[in-house]
Amino acid sequence: MHVNLTINGEQYEADVEPRLLLVHLLRDVLRLTGTHIGCDTTHCGACTILMDGRPVKSCTMFAVQARGKQLMTVEGLEQNAKLHPLQEGFMAEHGLQCGYCTPGMLMTSYAFLQKNPKPSEDDVRWAISGNLCRCTGYVNIVKAVQHAAAKIAQGGA
Amino acid sequence: MELKTSPEVGGMGHSIKRKEDPRFIRGKGTYVDDVQLPGMLYLDIVRNPHAHAKIVKIDTVKALAIKGVLAVITGKDLEKYNLHWMPTLMSDTQMVLPVEKVMYQAQEVAAVLATSRYAAADGAAAVEVQYDPLPVVVDPRKALEPGAPVLRTDKKDKKDNHIWHWEWGDKGATDRAFGEAAATVKEDIYLPRIHVASIETCGCVAHFDRVNDKLTVWMTTQAPHAIRTVFALVAGHVGLAEHKIRIISPDIGGGFGGKVPVYPGYVIAVAASVLTDKPVKWIEDRMENLQADSFARDYHITAELAARKDGTLTALRIKTLADHGYTDAAANPSKFPAGLFHVCTGSYDLKAAHVEVDGAYTNKPPGGIAYRCSFRVTEAVHTIERMVDLMAHQLNIDPADFRMKNFVKPEQFPYKSALGWEYDSGNYGGALKKAMDTIGYADLRREQAEKRKRGQLMGIGISSFTEIVGAGPSKHFDILGLKMFDSCEIRVHPTGKAIARFGTKSQGQGHETTYAQILAEELGIPAADIQVEEGDTDTAPYGLGTYASRSTPVAGAAAAVAARKVRDKARKIAAYLLEVAEDDLVWEPGKFSVKGAPNKSKTIQDIAFAAYTNHPQGMEAGLEAVSYYDPPNLTYPFGSYICVVDVDSGTGEVKVRRFVAIDDCGNIINPMIVQGQVHGGLTMGLAPALYEEISYDEIGNIRGGSFIDYLLPTAVETPKWETGHTVTPSPHHPLGAKGVGESATVGAPAAIANAVVDALWHLGVRHIDIPITPAKVWKLLREKGVTE
Repeated sequence: MHVNLTINGEQYEADVEPRLLLVHLLRDVLRLTGTHIGCDTTHCGACTILMDGRPVKSCTMFAVQARGKQLMTVEGLEQNAKLHPLQEGFMAEHGLQCGYCTPGMLMTSYAFLQKNPKPSEDDVRWAISGNLCRCTGYVNIVKAVQHAAAKIAQGGA
Repeated sequence: MELKTSPEVGGMGHSIKRKEDPRFIRGKGTYVDDVQLPGMLYLDIVRNPHAHAKIVKIDTVKALAIKGVLAVITGKDLEKYNLHWMPTLMSDTQMVLPVEKVMYQAQEVAAVLATSRYAAADGAAAVEVQYDPLPVVVDPRKALEPGAPVLRTDKKDKKDNHIWHWEWGDKGATDRAFGEAAATVKEDIYLPRIHVASIETCGCVAHFDRVNDKLTVWMTTQAPHAIRTVFALVAGHVGLAEHKIRIISPDIGGGFGGKVPVYPGYVIAVAASVLTDKPVKWIEDRMENLQADSFARDYHITAELAARKDGTLTALRIKTLADHGYTDAAANPSKFPAGLFHVCTGSYDLKAAHVEVDGAYTNKPPGGIAYRCSFRVTEAVHTIERMVDLMAHQLNIDPADFRMKNFVKPEQFPYKSALGWEYDSGNYGGALKKAMDTIGYADLRREQAEKRKRGQLMGIGISSFTEIVGAGPSKHFDILGLKMFDSCEIRVHPTGKAIARFGTKSQGQGHETTYAQILAEELGIPAADIQVEEGDTDTAPYGLGTYASRSTPVAGAAAAVAARKVRDKARKIAAYLLEVAEDDLVWEPGKFSVKGAPNKSKTIQDIAFAAYTNHPQGMEAGLEAVSYYDPPNLTYPFGSYICVVDVDSGTGEVKVRRFVAIDDCGNIINPMIVQGQVHGGLTMGLAPALYEEISYDEIGNIRGGSFIDYLLPTAVETPKWETGHTVTPSPHHPLGAKGVGESATVGAPAAIANAVVDALWHLGVRHIDIPITPAKVWKLLREKGVTE
């Protein structure tokens, strides 16, 4: 089946099997390997991307469901060689270790901050509860998201 | 700690930002599944549904008819090359693919090679296997009963399921101490099977290049060099020689011990690449990862502790049954089948101890690896910390006072434990006091007493652990004969920048940053100017890898020693350039200056340039060094953790309200990274304490084989950890550092378990095995008449 879609502002098209998972389209066909696979059952969130602005887990969606949609992946966060405040926040607050869950965390947090620009610690914890991290213990991820929120509020992005 | 370098140089003690992060926050890391080679084939594995069964027939016709499926590989195919069995790291044997029978549910039965992931999966689903079920042995106690079905029928003359018996300590002295004791406590403690569940599963891309006769394997491994040697030893007879094997461990998405062993999938992928002359990718899915990869723990422990009337502890006696599944595939140093479990006297000055461990075969996946801890140290710590708490409560002494009374005292170091270890340094009372002050211990005890009057269940738990890491001295420590040294090679370039390569492999710990900081500390070259590389066996010096918190104690020490060799040569060059004797030079990080004439100096960058452009006649050019560091002793990080829990008297749910962790890992390289390690470790301590378990029903069906029922803590369950430090340097480590990556995983579960039992003690509860689920607590509350 033919799929055309927009990813990070660029047009892509591909002929795919109807059963091809969206995450495999991104990673194996289009070679956008920043989006990761951690569990196949929508529990870990390593594959989280944005579809028309909403976070979705691309390991349990078909590529054809993304036809005509606007997708955003971790590769789309940096604009004109300028990091997104979330990316800066994750570095500044040590919100990542092995880096494997990080793209999914960043995308979930990106969508969350659009809806809730001044989150409390508890708000952030609930927002990222669909993304598992085995390294950081979440404390610094929460700080990183709040760091980004403060920066955005100051006009950082 | 006094900072010796400026923030710009970024030596020890500076929280510099990580060098790894710029690629990870852009999604530009390279993990194994990101490797895609032209013409690459995909491997998928057929797994068996039975816990124990004879293989009657494997029918591959339907699978081979699927478009894209190229081959189905079975044990009989591998048998032709004598590759159907392989050795484990414990010198037991493990099937790569079975020929006669399968030994656990989800075991590999066959592998399908295809041109795409999807075709390989279709092929795996289409392979038809006929089984003839055999009697199943799940319980290790039953496995050792007379008349139990013998599982390892492949071993000639094996008449039972007993693997080994191991004991340590002075049995006579221990028994005598128990005979004289005024008080004793005894408890059965089960530490269940758990799984490290790194978010990246395991996998590889194997590429055999027939023209150059070279095998390259990108692989999720914590120990690339050891893997290369194992491949050469196991497959030498089919033409794989060690100089023609290159293992690349690229970015690794968490390891925690689960990426130390060699799994059958790796071997099948290598065999498939050698046979087809094409690159072959094998990536396991999450259920394969949880159901078939090496488990941790599964220790059935019976522990006894003895004390005098005044509460002075005297002796510890432990008997343990270790369930290893169908083969002993642990990853312990070879002399220690139960790992370093005999550090179980912990932080306490016991005069006598005796430990026995027996290994048993069952119809379960193999393993016995660590879950983010040095070889069986969590098992040891959990046991002693539970037992000490039990004794304190029984004697009606506050558990904090009781620990203070029985700690090994600072003046006793170096301290020889009753089980023979020489603890390098410690101040256990200092760490506990700091934890008590931080959390407000006395106030919490008052609050607890008041709440108890109102029927509210609140508990305070302490864990004052001592770890043993940094394996290890070559006299006693090896894996498959390979001594457990580690390495660093430094090359300083003419312009004063440097590259350093190591035998270890970071899986998130931040080695690219912390190793650069060690070198910055020792050489004064800014950390930003030092490129750190690991994980490519064609370029890095040989080392045993990263696990058991050994990177800082062993490879970190190698970095310091190698840097000091570089500095020794730099001193000679500086003396030549400044026309003075070497003894007339003074070193401060980054430059040598002449004694009494501080403006006559040469920077390390000046010296590096001269090493290639103007070196003394008779001296070799260049500025390089290598160190293979053999540690003189292990290191003994320690800490005191205090946990406050509230237990819901209706549902049995345990909520960790506060958790203070005071760690002492000696001198600290990067405080930010150390805190991150502690946060992560604490969360991997919370996980088995309250949530994670892999269990089996009576016919060997796995429970906890996916993230649906194997519960990793999310950000919501995880408390806001409060951390702090005391600093007691290691006297024998060149930097005074001890290692920290696993302390919190080792120490935290006992603090949580002790807190829950403390909350319920007045109801008559004496022990609860982890994970302490709401169901377990609710059942106890109902038995005690607290809830209906």
